[in-house]
Amino acid sequence: MALIELSGIERRFLLGDTTVHALAGLNLQIEAGEYVAVMGPSGSGKSTLLNLLGLLDRPNVGTYKLEGRDVTTLSPDEQATVRSTRIGFVFQSFHLVPRLTAAENIALPMTLAGIPLAERNLRVTQALKDFGLDQRADHKPDQLSGGQRQRVAIARATIMQPALILADEPTGNLDRHTGEEVVNLLEALNGKGVTLVVVTHDQAMGARARRQLVMEDGRLKADSGAADISNLAEISG
Amino acid sequence: MRLTDTLRFARDAATGYPMRTTLSVLAMSIGVAAVVILTALGDGARRYVVGQFSSLGTNLIIVLPGRSGTGGFNPANAITSTPRDLTIDDAGSLRRLPGARRVAPLAVGTSEINYGGKLREVMVAGSTAEFIPIRNFELAQGQGLPEEDWNRGSSVAVIGAKIREEMFGANPAIGQLVRVGDRRLRVIGVLKSTGQGLGMNTDELVIVPVSLAQAMFNSNTLFRIMIEANSRDAIPGTKDRVMETIKQRHRGEEDITVITQDAVLATFDKLLGALTLAVAGIAAISLAVAGILVMNVMLVAVTQRTGEIGLLKALGATARTIRLAFLAEAAMLSAVGALVGYLLGQLGAFTLRQFFPVFPAYPPDWAVIAGLSTALATGLIFGVMPARRAARLDPVQALMKH
Repeated sequence: MALIELSGIERRFLLGDTTVHALAGLNLQIEAGEYVAVMGPSGSGKSTLLNLLGLLDRPNVGTYKLEGRDVTTLSPDEQATVRSTRIGFVFQSFHLVPRLTAAENIALPMTLAGIPLAERNLRVTQALKDFGLDQRADHKPDQLSGGQRQRVAIARATIMQPALILADEPTGNLDRHTGEEVVNLLEALNGKGVTLVVVTHDQAMGARARRQLVMEDGRLKADSGAADISNLAEISG
Repeated sequence: MRLTDTLRFARDAATGYPMRTTLSVLAMSIGVAAVVILTALGDGARRYVVGQFSSLGTNLIIVLPGRSGTGGFNPANAITSTPRDLTIDDAGSLRRLPGARRVAPLAVGTSEINYGGKLREVMVAGSTAEFIPIRNFELAQGQGLPEEDWNRGSSVAVIGAKIREEMFGANPAIGQLVRVGDRRLRVIGVLKSTGQGLGMNTDELVIVPVSLAQAMFNSNTLFRIMIEANSRDAIPGTKDRVMETIKQRHRGEEDITVITQDAVLATFDKLLGALTLAVAGIAAISLAVAGILVMNVMLVAVTQRTGEIGLLKALGATARTIRLAFLAEAAMLSAVGALVGYLLGQLGAFTLRQFFPVFPAYPPDWAVIAGLSTALATGLIFGVMPARRAARLDPVQALMKH
């Protein structure tokens, strides 16, 4: 069973009186533990795809099965629960809450999920150690460097031990060196079995992924992994 | 999200924007303080008036000559246009009435007092021995008017504190002869100074026997008859009997007005109570305005924190969680505002009492409770709309607003 199964996905936006097809006729399968880079020019539908995978957006047509469960028909609150437990987000602009400390930002998903304080502290302490942030626990985001901020954001994305991490240009606001660090961190997570989907403009970063999806005009233009799957189908067929 | 976490989150959010938090807390506190201070003023006025009336005497029934305009037009009134006077004998007839403990006739006029070359105008009250206890006056020196036949007054006078001071200074007043109008009177008592109150200012009063006063002013009418009933319960019965007795004496004509202190008191109590309520209502408008301000501030907060709301949604917050967080923040703003306002109001009332010690400016409990709960309720009600708006935000749109 694939972790992610998109079939016949269509997402339309109404801009004035013209309809824009952000996604059209999209079929996609991502297995658990895969490392996928989504690339393509601006407006090709990368972000819409990521929002859709993250249950922040709903398709107009088509079904999205996450871990074999149709999540397109879930109520908003049920989707929130799925986001809380199964999906972690990493954003280009970090999206840390400025008035909360690094530790509080990391704990935020657990706070929202209602996990007891003792358990939260335990997990945050571990996460701070894992991500080399022990000395920065009580710092506010504006007292952290860009790399540190993104590490806090990644720690936050993983704190609920999700099956899927969605990263939208995670290195977009970072210099080459810190970007490299962040990518290594994400890849290390993938190495532990977390499925990683990265949207990026960066060819070099995209090339590091085991599977590349290239989007254009809301359609999948190229899929480096699709060949393997079709091969598999041919073999099994 | 757990309740303590929701509250902590809301608190951090509120303190994260000190300016707008301070402003909305201030608005709310001004509203609550207005309710507390204005009702303290209103209720203080009520207590002040009630207190003043009580100091007139207890269980008092007062007979006035002439009929007040109740009962509509009566042809008999049209013919006998002038009411029959109240006389000393009318007052005397009430002494044996069941339910009446004390009766004092009262005739008043102005005259001049003269002693040792000093002359001043005074208010003269002609009455009897029982006048002083009925009116709760107290004597500083000497004694009150003697018990004697009401129709033959001895030449004595009880004077007010200010008159004693002005006429006699440091010299003893008791036993001295003073001239009041064309009479020579011996001072037998001095009243305690009471200051300004409702009714007469006793400090500038000279009390003489009633028949003497009538002779002095060359009239045989009374200004009032004062009756002290045995008890509060005896007031209505005694009032009816007084009416009946005088009516019989006046050949069946109801040409007097009998008022009870109770009735007057109740009227004032009701009137000033209503006034306090009205003032509280006006102050409550400022609370509503404060509530709208809290709503405004919360709407701004939702706009300001759109990105954050999007993030919370992405991190798995349900609509309910977000609604509660924003509602908790609004409630917190109004609760703190209400508390600060309550303290400000109490401080204001305290200051008022310091500057005007005779004025009991205490806010009534009902007003404090109503003020605080209105503040909290408006804060919550006006917090609902922004909270719903926050909860309904589209996460994708919200995240882009970062």
